[in-house]
Amino acid sequence: MVANNSTKNFSVTLRVWRQAGPDQPGRFVDYPATNLNPNMSFLEMLDVVNDELTVKGEEPIAFAHDCREGICGTCSCTINGKPHGPGKGVATCQVYLRSFKDGDTIVVEPFRARAFPLVKDLITDREAFDKIQQAGGFISVRTGAAQDANAIPVPKEDADLAMDAAACIGCGACVAACKNASAMLFVAAKVSHLGLMPQGQPERDKRVLAMVQTMDEAGFGNCTNQYECSAVCPKLISHDFIARMNRDYIGALFRSKFKPVSHASGGAG
Amino acid sequence: MANLESKTPSGPLAGKWEKHKTEIKLVNPANKRKYEVIVVGAGLAGSSCAATLAELGYRVKNFVFHDSPRRAHSIAAQGGINAAKNYQNDGDSVHRLFYDTLKGGDYRARESNVHRLAEVSVNIIDQCAAQGVPFAREYGGLLANRSFGGAQVSRTFYARGQTGQQLLLGAYSALSRMIGQGGVELHANSEMLDVVIVDGHAKGIIVRDLITGAITRHSADAVVLATGGYGNVFNLSTYARGSNATAIWRAYKRGACLANPCYTQIHPTCIPVSGDYQSKLTLMSESLRNDGRIWVPKKKEDAKKAPASIPEADRDYYLERIYPSFGNLAPRDVASRAAMRMCDEGRGVGETGLGVYLDFADAIKRLGEPAVRERYGNLFDIYHEITAENAYQNPMRIFPAVHYTMGGLWVDYNLMSNVPGLFVLGEANFSDHGANRLGASALMQGLADGYFVIPYTIGDYLAGQKPVARTAAEGTAFKAAEDNVRAMTQRLLASKGKEPVSHFHKRLGKIMWDHCGMARNRAGLEAALQKIPALREEFWANVKVPGSADTLNQSLEQAGRVADFLELGELLCRDALTREESCGGHFREEYQYPDGECKRDDQNFAHVAAWEYQGEGKTPLRNTEALNYEFTKMSVRSYK
Ligand SMILES: Cc1cc2nc3c(=O)[nH]c(=O)nc-3n(C[C@H](O)[C@H](O)[C@H](O)COP(=O)(O)OP(=O)(O)OC[C@H]3O[C@@H](n4cnc5c(N)ncnc54)[C@H](O)[C@@H]3O)c2cc1C
Ligand code: FES
Repeated sequence: MVANNSTKNFSVTLRVWRQAGPDQPGRFVDYPATNLNPNMSFLEMLDVVNDELTVKGEEPIAFAHDCREGICGTCSCTINGKPHGPGKGVATCQVYLRSFKDGDTIVVEPFRARAFPLVKDLITDREAFDKIQQAGGFISVRTGAAQDANAIPVPKEDADLAMDAAACIGCGACVAACKNASAMLFVAAKVSHLGLMPQGQPERDKRVLAMVQTMDEAGFGNCTNQYECSAVCPKLISHDFIARMNRDYIGALFRSKFKPVSHASGGAG
Repeated sequence: MANLESKTPSGPLAGKWEKHKTEIKLVNPANKRKYEVIVVGAGLAGSSCAATLAELGYRVKNFVFHDSPRRAHSIAAQGGINAAKNYQNDGDSVHRLFYDTLKGGDYRARESNVHRLAEVSVNIIDQCAAQGVPFAREYGGLLANRSFGGAQVSRTFYARGQTGQQLLLGAYSALSRMIGQGGVELHANSEMLDVVIVDGHAKGIIVRDLITGAITRHSADAVVLATGGYGNVFNLSTYARGSNATAIWRAYKRGACLANPCYTQIHPTCIPVSGDYQSKLTLMSESLRNDGRIWVPKKKEDAKKAPASIPEADRDYYLERIYPSFGNLAPRDVASRAAMRMCDEGRGVGETGLGVYLDFADAIKRLGEPAVRERYGNLFDIYHEITAENAYQNPMRIFPAVHYTMGGLWVDYNLMSNVPGLFVLGEANFSDHGANRLGASALMQGLADGYFVIPYTIGDYLAGQKPVARTAAEGTAFKAAEDNVRAMTQRLLASKGKEPVSHFHKRLGKIMWDHCGMARNRAGLEAALQKIPALREEFWANVKVPGSADTLNQSLEQAGRVADFLELGELLCRDALTREESCGGHFREEYQYPDGECKRDDQNFAHVAAWEYQGEGKTPLRNTEALNYEFTKMSVRSYK
């Protein structure tokens, strides 16, 4: 995985997508990045380039980031055509320069998808994910209404599998990687996490129907089983969860008196 | 002189909270929807608070600077959350958790607050399990526990190495549910830049929309700040890059007292710094200390050798040697200072000599690699990503880093600051951890504050208030605050300087780390009190903030936050200088026992120092709240 780079100081060319706002035209601009160290992170390189731009009186590159340790899901660059770049199971902030070679040209773009409108440069708006959660990504339990936590044992295998799904960081790489810009892996992860827990059973049908419907309304595409999503997922969430959600969805439709909007079944396909 | 009445209820310790709950005023259910509450922040404290207040019927407006509530820094907590469930039957109890937390904080917290925290800890686990948080389980399906520093029982609940993430996603799901139902109005990408005080009460905030640059006024009947800690004043820390002190700092400048800012925590197990481009330090969860053994070579000459080539007899497992009863699980401050001492003696390892080994060879021998992988796999992966080293084969190298701030805005037992109507929750307040926080106690405190304390105590305040007219935001106080925010933005953009903001942040961080870091002394602190104002002046004269005010402008955001850090840093040093004792995370070299342990001065410093702003350029006023221990004896904290 690591293209070990022995040169302590090396240089690359960054070809970065610059776009001042959603209604402005965008284009690639080349920036040299020099004096790099293989132990530097990709985002630290952007910091250095931005400081250089600032000193020169140019506007720095806007990019989203926060925790810089792969857990908050804020960072979101497509690097050389791959969401989150060359590594496996890492987010953009966990990409280190040892993955690149002296003289490389690195193409950096935002996560592109119809449901993620561009904000500026490398930043997109992923509010659609929050909307899907608000539609049903929860177990309805008022604060204070809970019984003793050990009153409902959860088989370890179920809890572990639920945790595999719950590890999703909500970054949207799955959507950016999918040629249909589908959000199935994201939704399936939440539906599976809650659906695997005994506490999640009462609302299981309602949850999957509401979340899928909201996903469709937000403009995400259909899933055609390409599985680019799990390949780029920084938490390596398995596409098996999509199959699990499809089963849940079909069962729920069958049992439901709730009328889904007509195109919802397409979204879950 | 600020009013620092703690409002601690009278009566026996274990009954205080119950008694208080029955005595405070309530808002009747039909009236709740007439009250509007602003909650700033949606980390564990903010989202649990916003969701619960909305469930009760209050109208809640929630502001976060992140693009989604789920991205709050709480997401990064790894190790776990404490609760006195005693599921392991190993002798835990509410009293023991209370005692451990109080002692861990080196007897500088309020007894009543800490006891309440221990009491409600059990409800937190119930609540989170009911939300579907996938806590680690035993084969029988019951909840699993691990132990953490400063405790001799196993009371830490966890979800792999991602406990903060899972707890936050639980609170976020409750919040999302209330947003979906219309009980909470969410304002993402919205940074609070001022608190508005009307007739002495907090009645609103001024907000900048980080996407459009629009500055807006928001009124409410009460304002809750749950905006996290201020550790990024050190620049390099384990905090997320965006974590900042702006909300609490601007509240301080409006009259809220800032308590014990010098109580900062340095975490012993972080990945060492590799270069000056470094933007953050990564924590390796303290849970690693359950099975990892910490050592340095006995001889200086061995420090640069490959660890495998150093025989057992030449290794110094110094924590096990100095603190035999707690060993590798000594509290954070104790473990951090011990590591520093080893490096000062020239026995530090790695390229920079600023590192110690955390070794899993014994654990792998005892448990097998698969078991170690199951417990800590993701942490080993993080270590590998950052250093390209394999910790299953070679010991990790670790070094202390700034991690948490125990200080924060002063609050009473109701979590209200000295400004009526301004409440402060989570890491942003000073309340429960005294001079040092034990591992897995911040998540507990954030959720205790948000789920189980504020829902009761805010009613006591609101019951005495008439709901404000919706037009309140037209008033002069709002206009003045808005003008203040605009002026600061203009001033930053108008600066004709040459240097990017980050340069000033780095330089401030270095001053803070050198003079107000792990060990502090009078001369160093006095030097810092000269250097920081000078740096601040240079900042305003020479900073360069490109772009404009009416678009997304990350340089501008950062500039405002660093401007605040440049003021806060000075107060932190002043607090450290005036606290002439060592306690918990505050170590003054002048006040130590011959073996290098903290020498507390209970005669003169058994109090909270709550700083009150006196205006620009004026020395702030140091108010004190005495800590009267009625139930516990303040003893010398010993982990030997
Ligand atoms: C790497 C790491 C690991 C940790 N591990 C553990 C652990 O295992 N166990 C444990 O108990 N503790 C742990 N901690 C500590 C714990 O995570 C934090 O103390 C706690 O999560 C803080 O929660 P909070 O809700 O107070 O603030 P945060 O989670 O920091 O949330 C702050 C919120 O305020 C908002 N905000 C801030 N300022 C503004 C503003 N001006 N305007 C609008 N919004 C604003 C932000 O958007 C965010 O929503 C860890 C900390 C770190 C750094
Ligand atoms: S910055 Fe948080 S996941 Fe990358």
